[in-house]
Amino acid sequence: MPTISISEAREEYDVAIVGSGAGGGQMAYTLTLAGIKCVMLEAGRSYDPVKETPMFQTKNQAPLGGSSTPDKDFGFWDATIDGGWDVPNEPYTQASDKKEEQFKWWRARMMGGRTNHWGRISLRNGPYDFKPKSRDGLGFDWPISYRDVEDYYTKVEQLIGVYGSNEGMENTPDSPAGVLQPPPKGRVGDLMTQKAGSKVGVPVVPIHRAVLTRPLDADTIPAKLHPKNKKAQKIVADSMRKRAACFWATDCGRGCSIGANYQSTTVHLPPALATGNLDIIPNAHAREVTMGENGKAKGVLFIDKTTGKEERVNAKAVVLAASSGETVRILLNSKSKQFADGLANRSGLVGKYIMDTVGSNLRGQIPALENVSPHNDDGAGGSHFYSPWWLYGEQKAGKMDFARGYHIEIGGTRKMPGGNSPVPGNYLKGLYGTKLKEEARRYYGSFIGLACRGEMIPNENSYADLDPEVKDKWGIPVMRWHWKWSDHELNMATHAQKTFTEMIEAMGGTVQGKPNMRGKDTILQGGEIIHEVGGALMGDDREKSVCNEWNQTWDVDNLFLCDASPFASNADKNPTLTIMALAWRCADHIIEEAGKGNL
Amino acid sequence: MDSETNNSRLPRRTVLQWFAAAAAAGEASALQGFAQSAAPATTGYGTDPNMAKIYNPGDVWPLTFSKAEKNAAVALADVILPADDLGPAASTVRVPDYLDEWISAPYPKQQKDREAVLPGLKWIDEESNSRFQKSFADLSLTEQQTICDDLCREKQPDPEWRKAAAFFHSFSTICIGAYFGTPEGWKAIGYVGNTPSGIFTGPPQEVLDELGLEQTVKD
Ligand SMILES: Cc1cc2nc3c(=O)[nH]c(=O)nc-3n(C[C@H](O)[C@H](O)[C@H](O)COP(=O)(O)OP(=O)(O)OC[C@H]3O[C@@H](n4cnc5c(N)ncnc54)[C@H](O)[C@@H]3O)c2cc1C
Ligand code: SF4
Repeated sequence: MPTISISEAREEYDVAIVGSGAGGGQMAYTLTLAGIKCVMLEAGRSYDPVKETPMFQTKNQAPLGGSSTPDKDFGFWDATIDGGWDVPNEPYTQASDKKEEQFKWWRARMMGGRTNHWGRISLRNGPYDFKPKSRDGLGFDWPISYRDVEDYYTKVEQLIGVYGSNEGMENTPDSPAGVLQPPPKGRVGDLMTQKAGSKVGVPVVPIHRAVLTRPLDADTIPAKLHPKNKKAQKIVADSMRKRAACFWATDCGRGCSIGANYQSTTVHLPPALATGNLDIIPNAHAREVTMGENGKAKGVLFIDKTTGKEERVNAKAVVLAASSGETVRILLNSKSKQFADGLANRSGLVGKYIMDTVGSNLRGQIPALENVSPHNDDGAGGSHFYSPWWLYGEQKAGKMDFARGYHIEIGGTRKMPGGNSPVPGNYLKGLYGTKLKEEARRYYGSFIGLACRGEMIPNENSYADLDPEVKDKWGIPVMRWHWKWSDHELNMATHAQKTFTEMIEAMGGTVQGKPNMRGKDTILQGGEIIHEVGGALMGDDREKSVCNEWNQTWDVDNLFLCDASPFASNADKNPTLTIMALAWRCADHIIEEAGKGNL
Repeated sequence: MDSETNNSRLPRRTVLQWFAAAAAAGEASALQGFAQSAAPATTGYGTDPNMAKIYNPGDVWPLTFSKAEKNAAVALADVILPADDLGPAASTVRVPDYLDEWISAPYPKQQKDREAVLPGLKWIDEESNSRFQKSFADLSLTEQQTICDDLCREKQPDPEWRKAAAFFHSFSTICIGAYFGTPEGWKAIGYVGNTPSGIFTGPPQEVLDELGLEQTVKD
């Protein structure tokens, strides 16, 4: 990825963007194609997915069979660089010693951020998800509705390429005809779960994922995305032609060297760079937004990690997209006379209402799947099917003890083995010799994992502030997390365990271990699902929110937050597609204002 | 449809991209420059290891096994995963080297296994000597199996044997992870994949029939 160093930077840019992940990537893409000069600061190193992705490397070609270590939490070949639950030199702290009151913070420090290895699940929020408070009185409504975002979802889907099907289900929006790519065939585990689901009343349908099941239509899509902008059309068409369709092998979590799935480094940044309007400075850790006398942001102060020195870039507008937790941290660390409690924080709400996704898992062993004839189950390197939330009616009728929904992700186990035992240890204990091999073969692939991914309602006890003492390597105060689930989330987790037990039993299987029916024992830790959102609430009242409907801070009108920090709710739909749709919408707003001379 | 006809219908560009992806996987050293933090041996491979490379045991941290430990590890791994109709013996696909790499790694999980494996290998030689006056590697297969049978007993009232049985379980779990991570191990366990293809047809009809399932995603 071509980058520059600070000595090569311009005197002033139109827009400075902090972070190169989903939000920053989309912002740079939209702005630069419209002719706006941008500089992007990325805390991590540059990264080239074409050359660096370990596509076909097998597990036995990695240290420790590629299994996870504290250096590489998700395994050796995972695309995360300089990241994980702990990032060298960048600690964070917890306000409480109790595990259930702690937040685990996953970060990536590399060009493209977490988009290099994310799960690519790309679900639209539905109409209810933007107005949850109006429905059940809890949390907050967004100042925008589904209709405001709909076209942007479509644009993002067309640009990045998303497979899936339109099922016409409640609050699970269809995409316009021809937008989605064809869904992949069901695998054994998917079809088995679907059949069981139909017995117990849980719908199982193709999931939506940002993977190309066929090449993008570079001849027609660019004109739909950028009408009247011939130069943009050409650049985007060229970029689309460089992306191949999925070849149905290899794990998407390693990234994709042929560009068949979405990562910022293969989809957003190359066309943005091709415009000539983007300069990227890697190893640039933003510390604070600098302010002018006029009450406007005038740039970003950052640490050049290659020299350890403080440097500045100047711009007419600033976009923060450093991941919601880090964006909050930058705001809180940007203290000035006008903003003694942190930038854009007159409401006092910066850092409040942090949300993650409710996670709870259960695995079953399915005798019918023992000794299945060997066959290729690799598929699209991630999930093919899922269950969208199906009990809106029951919730509306007041029949449930939690207010929001979850979807179910399905995990088959006929994956490339190695590193960890491909069959849980207790199935092979006390065996050796040919018998051991036979039993491994018998049980391999006979497990199905079901995972709850559910909506958390924002609450007063889940927030982040600056630790009063601890600082990172560069002397910058670090985040301190506060966390608490409400009964809505705990009851949801219990419900999921019950549902999963029924589904596994409907497959003729047995639950692994004991299903845990106590929400607080089965729910995963805050942050563990890595859907960190919130902290700079979007609203229509400047006293009660940090941003307006354009991701623009109320207090500083040339400062925009384009990761998930403005999220007013965290639907069970994974956040990234919405981050991108809102970033595109915000970029269009900036372009329009720039056209009026308001930059 | 066989995969050859599928592939030949692919656009040339696609084939080139696949080729490049495969070539990068095999490239050993040309991309060395990417890893910015070459990890000192005792601290693991760091958070930015070179991923455009193939690794061998001993590449990132020094190995541990003495000659005697290695001999015992080879013999025991081969009793646990012998050559048979399902595949070759563990030692022929370098499972013992992997074991050595594993117990030599500076990470907590592996360090814990080290505490079981090194004394365990010593124990198994001592046990062989006291029973058969030979080290484990020099026993006949039947003699080796006698000891393994004793280690696999569900109930181990004797504390020494409990420890030894725990060693056997850790040791064999590491062997299983190593063995089935090799192409030979894939064959043994029934994993098929990691090969590019122009289409994904899902489970073959025979498999669907076996399971009484129907493909619900239609063409
Ligand atoms: C394993 C995994 C699976 C996931 N699966 C899914 C999924 O299937 N679907 C889904 O919707 N979401 C998924 N997510 C979440 C998804 O990755 C994030 O929602 C998305 O990447 C957020 O985009 P972002 O731009 O806000 O942040 P990021 O992608 O994290 O990018 C932020 C960037 O900012 C940089 N940065 C941070 N601090 C600074 C600073 N101070 N100065 C300069 N730069 C800085 C970082 O280095 C990083 O590159 C998954 C995440 C993980 C880890
Ligand atoms: S499965 Fe497909 S999209 Fe995923 S990494 Fe492999 S080729 Fe790329």
